[in-house]
Amino acid sequence: MVDFLERPGELMEAYGQDTERKGFFTDTSICIGCKACEVACKEWNQNPMKGDLEILGSSYDNTGSLGANTWRHVAFIEQGQEQIDKARESGARLVGLGMPAFGAPETREPNTTEDLGMPEFGSPGVRIKNKVDNPPNPDTPEFRWLMSSDVCKHCTYAGCLDVCPTGALYRTEYGTVVVQDDICNGCGTCVAGCPFGVIERRDTGTIHTKPDRVDSRYSMDVKHKGTAKKCTFCFDRMVDGQTPACAQTCPTQSIQYGGREEMVDNAKKRVTAMHEKGLTEARLYGANPNDGVGGIGSVFLLLDEPEVYGLPPDPQVPTKDLPKMYKKVGIAAAGMLAAAATAFLGARKK
Amino acid sequence: MAEAHPVGFQWVAEAKARGAKLVHVDPRFTRTSAMADKHVHIRAGTDIALLGGLIRHVIENDMWFKEYVTHYTNAAHLVDEGYQDTEDLDGLFSGFDKDTGGYDNATWQYEKDPYEADGIAKDMTLQHPRSVFQILRRHYSRYTPEMVGNVTGIKTEDFLELAELIGKNSGRERTTVMAYALGWTQHSMGSQFIRTAAILQLLLGNMGRPGGGIMALRGHATIQGSSDIPTLFNLLPGYLPFPVAGKHDTLRDYLDDAVPKDQKGFWSNGDAYMVSLLKAWFGDDATEENDFGYQYLPRLTGAHGTYQTLMRMFDKSVDGYFVLGQNPAVGSANGRMQRLGMSNLKWMVVRDFQLIETATWWKEGPEIATGELKTEDIATEVFFMPAANHTEKAGTFTQTQRLVQWRHQAITPPGDARSELEFFYDLGVRLKEKLKDSTDPRDKPLQAMTWDYPVDEHGEPSAEAVLKEINGYYTTGPNAGKPVDNFNQYKADGSTAGGCWIYAGVYAGGINHAANRVPGKDQDEMAHQWAWAWPANRRILYNRASADLDGNPWSERKKLVWWDEEQEVWTGKDVPDFPIKRPPSTKTAHDTHGPDALAGDDPFIMQSDGKGWLFAPKGMNDGPMPTHFEPAESPVTNPLYPQQESPSRVLITSRGNQLAPAGDQPGAEVFPHVFTTYRLTEHQTAGGMSRFLPYLSELQPEMFVEVSQELAAEAGLEPYGWATIASPRGAIEAKVLVTQRMQPVVAGGKTVHQIGMPFHFGVGNQALVTGDSVNDLLGMTLDPNVYIQSAKAVACTIMPGRRPRGPALVKFVEDLREQAGITVLTGHRRLTFERDAETMEVSDPPTLTDPEPHTGE
Repeated sequence: MVDFLERPGELMEAYGQDTERKGFFTDTSICIGCKACEVACKEWNQNPMKGDLEILGSSYDNTGSLGANTWRHVAFIEQGQEQIDKARESGARLVGLGMPAFGAPETREPNTTEDLGMPEFGSPGVRIKNKVDNPPNPDTPEFRWLMSSDVCKHCTYAGCLDVCPTGALYRTEYGTVVVQDDICNGCGTCVAGCPFGVIERRDTGTIHTKPDRVDSRYSMDVKHKGTAKKCTFCFDRMVDGQTPACAQTCPTQSIQYGGREEMVDNAKKRVTAMHEKGLTEARLYGANPNDGVGGIGSVFLLLDEPEVYGLPPDPQVPTKDLPKMYKKVGIAAAGMLAAAATAFLGARKK
Repeated sequence: MAEAHPVGFQWVAEAKARGAKLVHVDPRFTRTSAMADKHVHIRAGTDIALLGGLIRHVIENDMWFKEYVTHYTNAAHLVDEGYQDTEDLDGLFSGFDKDTGGYDNATWQYEKDPYEADGIAKDMTLQHPRSVFQILRRHYSRYTPEMVGNVTGIKTEDFLELAELIGKNSGRERTTVMAYALGWTQHSMGSQFIRTAAILQLLLGNMGRPGGGIMALRGHATIQGSSDIPTLFNLLPGYLPFPVAGKHDTLRDYLDDAVPKDQKGFWSNGDAYMVSLLKAWFGDDATEENDFGYQYLPRLTGAHGTYQTLMRMFDKSVDGYFVLGQNPAVGSANGRMQRLGMSNLKWMVVRDFQLIETATWWKEGPEIATGELKTEDIATEVFFMPAANHTEKAGTFTQTQRLVQWRHQAITPPGDARSELEFFYDLGVRLKEKLKDSTDPRDKPLQAMTWDYPVDEHGEPSAEAVLKEINGYYTTGPNAGKPVDNFNQYKADGSTAGGCWIYAGVYAGGINHAANRVPGKDQDEMAHQWAWAWPANRRILYNRASADLDGNPWSERKKLVWWDEEQEVWTGKDVPDFPIKRPPSTKTAHDTHGPDALAGDDPFIMQSDGKGWLFAPKGMNDGPMPTHFEPAESPVTNPLYPQQESPSRVLITSRGNQLAPAGDQPGAEVFPHVFTTYRLTEHQTAGGMSRFLPYLSELQPEMFVEVSQELAAEAGLEPYGWATIASPRGAIEAKVLVTQRMQPVVAGGKTVHQIGMPFHFGVGNQALVTGDSVNDLLGMTLDPNVYIQSAKAVACTIMPGRRPRGPALVKFVEDLREQAGITVLTGHRRLTFERDAETMEVSDPPTLTDPEPHTGE
């Protein structure tokens, strides 16, 4: 285990005994790009609309990315045959380990979880186990249109939470990470702390887009201006035993909600099933407990490298190296002390 | 389907998860294509060629379902000796009237055989050259894979893959379903597109069986409902035809012609349906003596579709116009003509949630900008009535499976907004009050009309009371006032009243079955306890066809309804769609009619011969079998027939509705491309329900045009820059999306660039997002059966940059028309060929010079 596991405070035990960690499984292979999740999310959370109402220049995506007002975001990626072939190859290489392999090979941890034949992301040369034997080799289509609904990852080790100086961000009893609107002072430290670029400060109102203008018929009552905002996993629904708005509205069950372990399990089964059909482009994202954020609450099935979807291939919680840094700082300090002492003692000897 | 019906698509996703193959045929690669196992690029408007090719493939490769076709369709019926096919007449059937474009269908009738109980001559071996099967085979004999490719632009290997997939996935063990939407209907031969699919599904044995059929994906909530209880000018509720002036002077005339007693099947009970309807409408005023108030009904004097009505506005013969749940200034074809037409009205009422463009064209429309209209000169008085939305009123939605689903009211409407029910009820109350002392005979129908619904404390009439009336009830006897249980209880003697016979049973036992809500997990897969499907809560129509001749299921896997030998009844998972005690071995007896005449192997109980129609002896105005013609103003010369366009299409000859030259005619090169229109998931039709909502507007904020990389290079279009798109009717601008999802196709020996544009945007100042309306580019060329406009394959040109502003825009379009040599008569020839009487050579007919065009504008 890497060092940061030794930090107190964010371990799974802290979630509480009565509730299990909740998660999303976003299966992008059956996402139809309807954006109902985006709309349901905004409706439920009363988030203001984003944007200046101009075509963004990114296929059918006009909200661009996750941010203070958009907590579910659907990406659209158009790809030709060559890219699809590459994705099939890279996906096939990943089968087997049940975890991604990050960083230089020598730092990789041995596989400590069950080997379910799940794919991982990472560089070539990864050990292949449980590979589907002689999968069919379907024709590569000439073209594909990837659609994928992104959301806050609710990391096991959440950078935003780690760096929050006010305690506005906290870990809920469901293992999710939530901002408390009334505590956040809008310092913005968390924005830099998120390895996925998810959390963002809501516009303070100093600039107005067309729908925000006070004279507009469409001006909306924007709450909590200037504070950090992100997906709450619909915490207010969750405590009532309800499904988050995005998962509730998703017509194809591309967004599933449930116990995090069950979600990971569903995701693994789905990847295996796809590989058995020869659709080796399928891979898992965020299920590896040994990645740079300790795995995420919102796992994904992707059909290409994470970068294609705007997801970091190797997310690292920024506080990961803190213990190491403190240790080194300690050693350095001790060294300097020693040097100073030596110098001092040496001087005395003179 | 994923694009426009994402919620319904969940079931396709479910089927896919269980191993179903999904093929998507579309000129564009859409969100549906992204989910499909295979996407086939087709040239817009050529689906009859594709489906005809599939019909040929299925027949020639012996993939058709022999027992099913022989016994359950009219394949064995012989057709009149005088019948001539398009193959004989270069694209015409016998009986063509070149002046009207219509047909006399006398030669399409079955040959009579007095020795047959049903009077129809047959050859059960299907070998007779005049049998429907052989006629069908000959009709499509030239629709080879190569020809399909030449017409549709579909690669031969793609066609063969599709053909094999459909063929192998049909038969005893398997069924294939076809789903379509406006991409099939909005053509000058839209009805025939659907007919072609019906023929194919009958040949494959996919009708009346689980997992089969043809599914019409509707354009709005309860569009099915608005055909059942129609907003259509030519139908009464329950698909009873509307009475025609001069033809249906008395009730007897009407019944004898529309629902004759001597025909086979359930339509022969049409007198009971009609009389009950009249009883529901006119109550005690409907008596046997006054033909049950039949004389109160108006009569049709011709076609009164949207576009005919529009043209009458220009003649100043329409005073007022009610616009409900519609936005013709944006949503109807030839938007400019729509707006100019409305400027001729005395008054109009717009009922909507928002000030849609149809309510504001007189001050913010594009013609104000071009100077063609001046607000101060427009005499039209526009009334805007705010409308309640679907959560603010109770009632039903009927969807494509004929499922009638109850909506409960969640909240009361805001401000002055009201439901349609309250609006019309109140209007009726006020009109009746105004006319109560009138002695003018023309006011008699309103005076006689029953109009007594209970209202709640907000003045909202009870939607359940309306549903009960629609269901039907007894008017006399011990059960007076009680709802009927089914339409067999409807009587022609005035003892029952009912607003729509096919809905009889929705309120059986005094219970609102539309509100049934047993979850799927608590019942079997037919889900009879979820809402209510007309007729008789039957989930699959014509389901007798799911069993073989002996009444046994075709296969265990596909069993649905079967004959129970011991109980001597039809039974199964669905409500049997057949006389329940009629054994499968029953033969039609001589001199029987109506339901009694149905033989045990007549599953299509509403047809006058009990069979599925591969060949339609009546009912279609443009031919007994679908035939490929090019869309109006197509850049491709019809590779199949010298007849270029459908000779029966409805033409509206008017300034403002000019058409581009087609094929290789001079001037065709000015409008060389084809555009198709469609909707996006993010918006709803003409935008009244979406462009005013922030969360939807931000998802698709601007009008765009989708072009292929090839066309972008050829026309010099910059990705996400502006382009101007022009047709002979107008010019609009849009942001450019260059995408591999659009592909040029090769057809008729030339490369055809296809352009895609959503039709959600309109010009005005009210909506949060606005833009030019693509429907301003459409012409009005209509299907002769249902008068739908052709919106899916239209000629245009495209160039980089924004369109001209102000009067320069009008000049710009005029110049293009001049360049192409377009007159009001361009593209208006019914017949595009002449045949020399001696040599039989086919040649172009002379250019049109008469008749006088409609003055239009």
